[in-house]
Amino acid sequence: MAQITLKNLAHSYLPNPKGEQDYALKEMDHVWQDGGAYALLGSSGCGKTTLLNIISGLLRPSHGRVLFGDRDVTDAATAERNIAQVFQFPVVYDTMTVRDNLAFPLRNRGQDAAYIKRRVDQIAKMIGMEAMLSRKAQGLTADAKQKISLGRGMVREDVNAILFDEPLTVIDPHMKWELRTQLKQLHREFGHTMIYVTHDQTEALTFADKVVVMYDGRVVQLGTPEELFETPAHTFVGYFIGSPGMNFLDARVSGTHAMLVSGAGVDLGDDHGTPSGRVQIGIRPEHAVLTEGQGLPVTIRRVEDVGRHRILRAELEGQPFNIVQPEGQPVPALPRVAFVPGKINVYADDWRVAPQGRAA
Amino acid sequence: MTLELQGVSRVVGGRDHIHPTSMTLRNGTMNVLLGPTLSGKTSLMRLMAGLDKPNSGRILWEGRDVTGLRVQDRGVAMVYQQFINYPGLTVYENIASPLRILRRSTAEIDRAVRHTAEMLRLTPMLERKPLELSGGQQQRCALARALVKGAGLVLLDEPLANLDYKLREELRVEIPKIFEASGAIFVYATTEPEEALLLGGHTATLWEGRVTQFGPTAEVYRNPHDATTARVFSDPPMNFVPAVKTGGQVRFGESASVAADGAMSALPDGRYLAGFRANHLALHRPSGAAVEFACKLAVTEITGSETFIHVSHGTDRWVGLVGGVHDLTPGQGVQVWLDPAHVYLFDADGRLAAPAAYAKAA
Repeated sequence: MAQITLKNLAHSYLPNPKGEQDYALKEMDHVWQDGGAYALLGSSGCGKTTLLNIISGLLRPSHGRVLFGDRDVTDAATAERNIAQVFQFPVVYDTMTVRDNLAFPLRNRGQDAAYIKRRVDQIAKMIGMEAMLSRKAQGLTADAKQKISLGRGMVREDVNAILFDEPLTVIDPHMKWELRTQLKQLHREFGHTMIYVTHDQTEALTFADKVVVMYDGRVVQLGTPEELFETPAHTFVGYFIGSPGMNFLDARVSGTHAMLVSGAGVDLGDDHGTPSGRVQIGIRPEHAVLTEGQGLPVTIRRVEDVGRHRILRAELEGQPFNIVQPEGQPVPALPRVAFVPGKINVYADDWRVAPQGRAA
Repeated sequence: MTLELQGVSRVVGGRDHIHPTSMTLRNGTMNVLLGPTLSGKTSLMRLMAGLDKPNSGRILWEGRDVTGLRVQDRGVAMVYQQFINYPGLTVYENIASPLRILRRSTAEIDRAVRHTAEMLRLTPMLERKPLELSGGQQQRCALARALVKGAGLVLLDEPLANLDYKLREELRVEIPKIFEASGAIFVYATTEPEEALLLGGHTATLWEGRVTQFGPTAEVYRNPHDATTARVFSDPPMNFVPAVKTGGQVRFGESASVAADGAMSALPDGRYLAGFRANHLALHRPSGAAVEFACKLAVTEITGSETFIHVSHGTDRWVGLVGGVHDLTPGQGVQVWLDPAHVYLFDADGRLAAPAAYAKAA
């Protein structure tokens, strides 16, 4: 297991990159903790796969270094990096039994038979395939095959890191729950450094201790799920995390007060100074509360009953505005919307302005 | 306009892919087929489209028997997981292509293409090539090709399955609007309960080739007629615990007995299966009536604003969804609470014996 250091790392697929726009991965400097569970989250084309390929050794970065522990592995091939990988689609040997599939990485490394048996039994139990160990992989469902792939990724105890590239894509929603919790338990039990690439925020947030949100080749925020939810560093993170994402309203901000385009005032709770550029306030749909008295008048366009809550598609200040309303609460006849104090973020040119006197 | 299935079944290689199914889809309705992989969603759609012939039963289109009619001769459009556009053609020509095959007049094509493009907000992009569009616009272009013929029946088979999470979210908001503008019967297959809820309309839950329930989406979600439907329509999975009713009391798992209220009070004594959803499990004692359970915590998953708690109670494993961030130590004992008003009771055959009281009020 190892700490992973990305030192002035950047990558361009062009031979002579001119400006920033020529870089698929813009320069970054990160140290990822040994034993941490990290998720790389972003939409397609954001650079997350490029970054994963650099870490796995499939791609040599055009700039900067990659370190596993103290060792510089920038020029090391994948095989020399001592990592395990699990891909989007199952990679199993159909003609081998489930047991032999799981044992494969250990046999390759010349481990002794007793240890292999013990370890394979342990992994089979974790992925719930003890009863199928002696049958051939051929004819198993895609779910089952992907479980074998996951198991094989976890079987070696001595790897530097385990990399997962959208491993639950082919899995049914019900099975996703099971596999995700198993991964989480495996991480807790064995303490591997894990890097998990996905476009699915639920997978990223529930799996990782730290989520690396990428946008346009840049890491826009590296934080805990709570930080990404409560204090998105960039409007993209606000939009991307949460379902629906954060609402943004153009505003003029001065101290603890924001004035919206219509002239309506909003109390921010904290002092945000006087930011310049394009200034917006960001409010999570979960932090917008329907009231009959206080707040701004709002028009409800559509109500989506999602079971455990309702999503109200509304219009505020002539802009679409989403509100999440807990199950069982009524929509008032003349609805107004109020914002939970201290839960309003301020953005200047898309980057978050931290309130003064508060580090975060 | 209605599409009516009368006892339609499909047997392949001696196996029932679709058990005899009867349902009526009305004009201008959104109909979701919800079920896990291999539950029969695609098989049922292919029967509706006329791509497969049923082994028994009839299909009526506006009262006319179309069972023997070829797919080409029905007003049907189908969209699959992989949206496909012609990369060499402009958006305009992509949308026009189904009409060119039908040899419609230039004027008619132009009218239909512009109308459909307007509906899908593609008017400014008509002269571009698909690859110059964003992902969402490409999917809308493919949808436009399906809609341009003005088909009365539009079948969408997991159309968003291969898309990025956020893109899916965006299109889920748009599809109901597009559907409303088209006036056609939409049938939409998905494996995801949340998608069904977001689309609204009507939902048919499928399990092993059987439609277990069909009705207004929120109604099926809150009042499932059996445990299978409840299971299919819950994500996270529905939690189950054995319940015993004795006299006026009911006991859930290893909890203390509580008074059997509402529909539960009228049930005969005996054993039942109690089901409840993740969001109704609480980490703190709620203000009203509540049953307390001693559980062991397996793992927590934090989403940023909420926490999934995975716990075991005896041999049952449950998932709870609670507000806020709770970083609890796995392996520790944890007390959880459940309001009996959120509990469904199923009998030995899995049929609903007593609905959850809250669902009736909602």
